[in-house]
Amino acid sequence: MLLGPSLAVSAVLFALGVAGVLLRRNAIVIFMCVELMLNAVNLTFVALAQQLGVAGQIFVFFVMAVAAAEAGVGLAIMLAIYRHRHTVNLQNINLLKG
Amino acid sequence: MDGTLIIFWAFAGLAVVSALSCITRRSPVASALWLVVTLFSLAALFVLLDAQFIAVLQVLVYAGAIMVLFLFVIMLLNLGRPGPTDLKGPAGLGVGVLLAGLLLVQLLGLRQAAPPPGLALVPGAVARAAAEQGMVPAVARPLFGAYLVPFEITSILLLAAIVGAVVLAKRKL
Amino acid sequence: MPAPPLSLLWVVPALPLLGFVVNSTLALTRPTAKGAVSIVGVGTLVLAFAAAAIAVAQLARFHAAAPLVFRYWEWIPAGDLQVAFALQFDPLAAVMILVVTGVGALIHVFSVGYMHEDPGYARYFAYLNLFVFFMLILVLGASFPVMFVGWEGVGLCSYLLIGFWFNEQINADAGKKAFIVNRIGDFGFLVAMFLIFTRFGSLDFETVFAKAPAALIPGGAAVTAITLFLFLGCTGKSAQIPLYTWLPDAMQGPTPVSALIHAATMVTAGVYLVARCGVLFALSPLGSAVVAGIGALTALFAATIALKQWDIKRVLAYSTVSQLGYMFVGVGTGAYAAGMFHLVTHAFFKALLFLGSGSVIHAIHQAYHATHTHEDAQDMRNMGGLARYMPWTAALMWIATLAIAGIPPFAGFFSKDEILGAAFAEAAVRPLWYAFWGMGLAAALLTAFYMTRLMLYTFHGPNRTGEREREHLHEAPPVMTGPLVVLGVLTVLGGALNVPELFGGTAFLERWLEPVTSLAHRLQPAVEVANAREWALVAGAVLVAALGIVGAFRFLKPEALVPARLAPPETGLARLLWKKWYVDELYDAIIVRPVMWLSREVLWKIVDARIVDGLLVNGTAAASRAVGWLGSRLQTGEVGVYVVLFVIGVWAVLRAAVR
Repeated sequence: MLLGPSLAVSAVLFALGVAGVLLRRNAIVIFMCVELMLNAVNLTFVALAQQLGVAGQIFVFFVMAVAAAEAGVGLAIMLAIYRHRHTVNLQNINLLKG
Repeated sequence: MDGTLIIFWAFAGLAVVSALSCITRRSPVASALWLVVTLFSLAALFVLLDAQFIAVLQVLVYAGAIMVLFLFVIMLLNLGRPGPTDLKGPAGLGVGVLLAGLLLVQLLGLRQAAPPPGLALVPGAVARAAAEQGMVPAVARPLFGAYLVPFEITSILLLAAIVGAVVLAKRKL
Repeated sequence: MPAPPLSLLWVVPALPLLGFVVNSTLALTRPTAKGAVSIVGVGTLVLAFAAAAIAVAQLARFHAAAPLVFRYWEWIPAGDLQVAFALQFDPLAAVMILVVTGVGALIHVFSVGYMHEDPGYARYFAYLNLFVFFMLILVLGASFPVMFVGWEGVGLCSYLLIGFWFNEQINADAGKKAFIVNRIGDFGFLVAMFLIFTRFGSLDFETVFAKAPAALIPGGAAVTAITLFLFLGCTGKSAQIPLYTWLPDAMQGPTPVSALIHAATMVTAGVYLVARCGVLFALSPLGSAVVAGIGALTALFAATIALKQWDIKRVLAYSTVSQLGYMFVGVGTGAYAAGMFHLVTHAFFKALLFLGSGSVIHAIHQAYHATHTHEDAQDMRNMGGLARYMPWTAALMWIATLAIAGIPPFAGFFSKDEILGAAFAEAAVRPLWYAFWGMGLAAALLTAFYMTRLMLYTFHGPNRTGEREREHLHEAPPVMTGPLVVLGVLTVLGGALNVPELFGGTAFLERWLEPVTSLAHRLQPAVEVANAREWALVAGAVLVAALGIVGAFRFLKPEALVPARLAPPETGLARLLWKKWYVDELYDAIIVRPVMWLSREVLWKIVDARIVDGLLVNGTAAASRAVGWLGSRLQTGEVGVYVVLFVIGVWAVLRAAVR
């Protein structure tokens, strides 16, 4: 009964996350929007788990674990970048520009 | 029935509004805090969807640890103050909104898609399992049972992440 | 000594080619080695003539009914189109190679004397040898493409030799004009080849002529188109209306060149072509009528122009155009032997006339050179009374004049008479031919007149060259008068080649050419004429010729002439004739100028500069650059851009997966 609306909300949150990634320049904020996307996906899994079985919830478990690991490493990278270039603005992190 | 739905939409609305706020704030700290609100409302939604254990995990791990980590780094890099807007210029804005819109439409369209064969919808499966075994065992049994291997691998993944984070963030190797 | 096999036929064209190679090497490395050049240049021609004579003798023993084809290698193996480099030897080709190498050898000998002072001596002989090579390929070719190689090659050599003294603008222009006008004719030849190929699937003479009676409807559109386009090529190469205008201008070249190329050999290629393709022309009444009609018209037209030309070579040039017209009347009427007979006799007396005029011009030129005057050495108004100083030349040229006028028993009488007789006979079946016969007769009258005029003004009456120059006038050296004597003998005796039965002769050439012309004669039988009528025609022709000569003596007054620089301009009808009926001016106005305008304003400024350069070349570069710029936008090195692309990809995959 809640499946349909849940999926809709999940879609909206995912789209908002994508919009955030596309629209912002601050690397950390972009990262936060990625987390938002992951959460939207978690919502999808949980909503479907209600109908299809507990495997969905277990998947969410793993997603969270991976998100945690990813957040740790990602933020460490950003720290390293900040130390070298004193900015987290994505437009200034352009060493690949040729 | 009605009550559930009302609560659902309330928290869903909160989630969307706070997500919107998250992506549009000038200050990274404000963005982070709005994200926390989003996470909380999502936890509420999880409860409504018979995923109580996951809801608690959401609050403890996501909101409690990951977002805290975010805030630590923001503060460490002194990015807290609201600077000039870091939204992209009009061209980027247009492209971003357009693409996000397209994606939204596409995703909403996915709801109409037929489920894969062999995947039967059994309403209330999780609720019944929880009622039989209790909330936590309902999740824990499969976790240590059928999904043991991924569980163990995840622990290795976390170890790797720890080592990586330490190495990357050191001042001198 | 055992006779060499006829498959060594290739030696005949190979000898002049060898001469070209050696002489051009000498021209580039040691241009002053005149002795070596002379030996090689003349020697190869004499040897070629000997080889040709041997080959013809062999052929005579063979009595072959079909032509002998010698394939040397596969030239164009392209699917349906299979062309071999092959030479064909039959009675017709035999006649041509004897004329080409024989008269050619005589002219080479003459050139040794005539061109002796010229710094381009080696280059001259190189080109002349190359010309003979190409002419031989033309007449010996066994298929249309091989013949076309020769056709083009002689056109090239004509250009090179007309513009031999290319430092003068007028000479270079004349060479260009010859080449370009010829090209128009060549276009006709090519189209005819294409049509023949689509019809027959082959371009070999043997195949085409054998299949022609079955494959072509007599008088049908296909054969008429083919013959008309072939004839267009002939009008270009053989200087008939409308493409004759290059030949008078071609007189800018050295006189031996005019003798060889523009009298005896190259210009006869068109006649040879019609004779060779006799089967096709016999199948098309319209085609052969056009050939004969244009020939007759040109004969008369050119004769009128020759009446009022003052340059001795121009008179002879228009005379050549006119006589070629006679040959076309002959082959157009189906009297192939008559046409070829006139070709041979014309080669003799026209070469004699040109070489004789060359002697005259040489003498006048030397006289002017000695006194340092700069008059026109070719203008008849600067000549007069030269018989006193150049008796041999005068006598031999009189022989040629009588021959060309058609006075018996000289060569021209028999050949011209046969053509007119054939035309008159054909008129019984096709009344249109009366007009052609009439034009031919009128042209005969004019020919006798203007040739006598040439002789009177050049060799008789008072001398107008000048007091001081007169002392330097003398006969040409033996190396130049020798060939004249040989040609004179041939002119006198040449008629014996084809004396008709009417006079108790054996019609040797007619019978010799039978294997080649028999098929055409079967398709379009010749009309017989009663003996009495034939005698009447002969008498009439001789009477007309005599009238012309007598008339010239009666009405022309050499004493009234003044040297060229003092002569008053012509007026009225005389002016019209002197100005060649303003045909060149007409062509210039309606063809040359519009084409030049088109080339400059449209093709160059618009098509070439704007479309090809701007749009296609620069446009392609610009488009390429634009695409490249677009591509570069994908690789900015900015993460934001990459994320956008990423999301686009995700959307696309989702869209595709959910279909």
